[in-house]
Amino acid sequence: MPHIRNFSIIAHIDHGKSTLADRMIQMAGLVEDRVFRDQILDTMDLERERGITIKSHTITLPYTSRKGEVFALNLIDTPGHVDFSYEVSRALASCDGVLLLVDASQGVQAQTLSNLYMAMEHDLTIIPVINKIDLPSADIDMVMEQIDRELALEPDLAVLCSAKDGRGVDDVLEAIVERIPEPAGDPANPFSALIFDAHYDPFRGVIVSCRVFEGRVRPGDTIRFMSNGAAYKVEEVGIFRLSREARDSLQAGEVGYIISGVKTVSDTRIGDTITLDERPAEAPLPGFKDVKPVVFSSLYPISSEDYPSLVEALEKYKLNDAALVYQKDSSAALGQGFRCGFLGLLHLEIVQKRLETEFGQAFIMTVPSVQYRFTLQDDSVMIVDNPQYYPDPASIRESAEPYIRATIIAPERYLGAVMKLCLERRGENSRFNYPAPGRVEILFDMPLAEVIVDFYDKLKTVTQGYGSFDYELIGYRPSDLVKLDILVNGERVDALSLLVHRERARPWALQVCKRLKDEIPRHQFKIAIQGAIGGKIIARSTINPFRKDVTAKCYGGDITRKRKLLEKQKKGKKKMKMVGAVMIPQSAFVAVLKSRDE
Amino acid sequence: MECRLAPENVGPFDSLYVGGGTPSCLPDSDLERLVQLIRDHFLFSEDTECTLEANPDDLTVARLKRFRELGVNRLSLGVQSLNDQELLFLGRRHSSVQAERAMGWAREAGFLNLSVDLMYALPGQEPGEWEKTLKRTLPFSPEHLSCYQLTLEPHTPLGRMKERGELAPPAPEAEEEFFLRTATFLEERGFLHYEVSNYAFGAEHRCRHNLKYWTRSPYLGLGPSAHSHLGEERWWNLQDISRYCRALERGKAPVAGRERLSTEQQRLEAIMLGLRTRLGVPLDLLCPGGRDAHVVERLRQEGVVEVRDAMVFPTTRGLLLADSLPLLFPGS
Ligand SMILES: Nc1nc2c(ncn2[C@@H]2O[C@H](COP(=O)(O)OP(=O)(O)O)[C@@H](O)[C@H]2O)c(=O)[nH]1
Repeated sequence: MPHIRNFSIIAHIDHGKSTLADRMIQMAGLVEDRVFRDQILDTMDLERERGITIKSHTITLPYTSRKGEVFALNLIDTPGHVDFSYEVSRALASCDGVLLLVDASQGVQAQTLSNLYMAMEHDLTIIPVINKIDLPSADIDMVMEQIDRELALEPDLAVLCSAKDGRGVDDVLEAIVERIPEPAGDPANPFSALIFDAHYDPFRGVIVSCRVFEGRVRPGDTIRFMSNGAAYKVEEVGIFRLSREARDSLQAGEVGYIISGVKTVSDTRIGDTITLDERPAEAPLPGFKDVKPVVFSSLYPISSEDYPSLVEALEKYKLNDAALVYQKDSSAALGQGFRCGFLGLLHLEIVQKRLETEFGQAFIMTVPSVQYRFTLQDDSVMIVDNPQYYPDPASIRESAEPYIRATIIAPERYLGAVMKLCLERRGENSRFNYPAPGRVEILFDMPLAEVIVDFYDKLKTVTQGYGSFDYELIGYRPSDLVKLDILVNGERVDALSLLVHRERARPWALQVCKRLKDEIPRHQFKIAIQGAIGGKIIARSTINPFRKDVTAKCYGGDITRKRKLLEKQKKGKKKMKMVGAVMIPQSAFVAVLKSRDE
Repeated sequence: MECRLAPENVGPFDSLYVGGGTPSCLPDSDLERLVQLIRDHFLFSEDTECTLEANPDDLTVARLKRFRELGVNRLSLGVQSLNDQELLFLGRRHSSVQAERAMGWAREAGFLNLSVDLMYALPGQEPGEWEKTLKRTLPFSPEHLSCYQLTLEPHTPLGRMKERGELAPPAPEAEEEFFLRTATFLEERGFLHYEVSNYAFGAEHRCRHNLKYWTRSPYLGLGPSAHSHLGEERWWNLQDISRYCRALERGKAPVAGRERLSTEQQRLEAIMLGLRTRLGVPLDLLCPGGRDAHVVERLRQEGVVEVRDAMVFPTTRGLLLADSLPLLFPGS
């Protein structure tokens, strides 16, 4: 039986997590160099495109240490985005140690810190690794200093490597076996394993990734999920190589998978404890919680005939993404659709992209919303994420919206720009730290609603790429919320309504009015486009009527031709959405809804 | 020949329109034979309106008199313009002097119902120029005027010039201006603007024949590419003359295609045609069961239509939008 080490690599985005993982896989000899595909762990296109690891992929690497001992190194990959912080926390809960990777030229960044804190919460052994030492701009001394002062870790224990050229990667492997403890646990105890991930396989159903803490599981056993008591018969257990490798059993300390006839990933809960029906564990492993979506948006098929196909696509998509929640929604303007909940904006984008590219769906998505909280006069509390369910304003005693604490680290020279951005986004209660000369850590309390709208991209722009960002939810705060309606020709376009802070209502309304003016074709009559709060108009634009379209002659033979033309135009019009007497092309919705902020 | 192949027991007819490609250029004998043949073959009522289209340069007083003897009681004269440069631009063979002379001769020959075709909104035309043409036409007291805005059709010489950027058609605003000014000018002088491009001096001088197209009454078209309408059916003849003739030689109807209109199609036609004329469209045809009634209301507020006695009538401005208005009433 080999020794076992369970670990993750945590890093700020782009610091080289995937590259290091690939290098280790390569060194373990699992793949021939010839067929080595870069960044094996990142298999999804979108991840590749954005360079972010979203879904974890776990792998067991064989390793023989310098002392000649044989190890199984379980590298548990973690999603690299705050949207998925709960998943990260469950992955870390499955480890005994982490490699905290820092880019030698970038130094410590916001996510480095948040990752570190999370690792510390789980009492993990932390190995600082300074990566990219091959870069000419590498400043190892500076990073050592940061590790000391900002992370309060022992800089001399940092391992230096270049994931790119392979230098020092053997030192990293050696540090893993030397410093990370052998997992505790006893195969003879009642079985308990932590679910840290789940995938859907069209042939086998759900593949549950788990870390076994106690006991042993074998095919034929009956397992039980402790959160809901559901029981399944184990069909197969095994470990992850480049593909799955079946084993006779999984036992305490090991990381691997269980296949047991679970139909969809929604039937599993990340963070749940698996035990055996026959001899259950006394208590579940700590830290389980149900993840709740924080960003909401409605999805409508471009053409109403595509509704059934959208239903099917969502159902299929959902098989592999337990975090997505959705329910039926309908709009007078856009017809039947779905209200969806996402873990964050990136999650939303992933779902959107995958539905479009992998499932070939064409749909419109409404402006994302957070969950607002309204306390009514009768003391009842309403949580509303859909403007359609905004309560009668007269009945509201207090409105509140979710806030986050943002942590931004940037070179000091960008302090002004970052402050400005945060204040524009209604940031408050700002605090600064100067963790190192020339660097500033900026803390702000901000409404979540302001962050889900391209905040990160803006931050990157104003800091020329040097700013890093992380956040955590800190609860609700009272807020002056209004419901902004968009009226076309006096008719409310429900799909464009928005719950928004009063201050933000007008700029947004002006922008929507302008977009619609550009996108809606001229009609036979003047069209007023208005943004309104309650009965009060706060923004408007006007589309002037067109003046003439008639052709001079229409006699015997022209009639059929003209009628056929009308019939054709009528068909084209089906692709338009009618709001009152106004035809709004789909493109108008798309333009409005994708134009977040100018 | 085609007459013989026409449907049985149609008629009696109360209008005959000899037009399309200016029949006035036929030699008198042919024209006589043609009209005679038709009159013999079909049953016509006493007061049949019998229109002949003519080009000013084809006419003499004597010819005009013979037309009258043939039974032609309405002359439609293709004057187009009384500006020689414009006539040249339009590729007309006649001059303004010839046109004026022809109008005078029509009266001399005893035509009591004279219709004049004019064309306006030519590229570069000043509204004043157009008014001059109108002002020089009115002294001949035409009973009927057809004033067409020039349309540059894609596959015509003028259309190709437009594509090459050699012609700049007037801006839509200018076209609207032309149109409204024309309407005002003629209405002030006692004309009834009864269809997009047609004006009658008194309702009795509206073109009975053309009204049939717009009220979806039955009509029979003879000759290449002529269209016919009867009941729920429309059909049209072969366009190509030689193929048209060959069909006839073989004793076959020279019909190129036909269609049977669904209720929905009939409704669409009634709306699109009704909104071209001051005859209007019944409200319950436009808005069955009250559907889209708010659209009518919106158009009324905008001065595009008027509503009276459960009928919807286009205003002068509304006539300008006749091509797209039907789209606002998709029905089912
Ligand atoms: N020069 C150099 N570049 C590296 C090294 N490690 C990673 N990179 C590059 O840094 C970028 C981000 O690396 P990646 O592994 O995708 O980062 P992740 O976002 O943390 O997974 C990629 O362009 C890598 O090629 C290194 O050791 N040296």
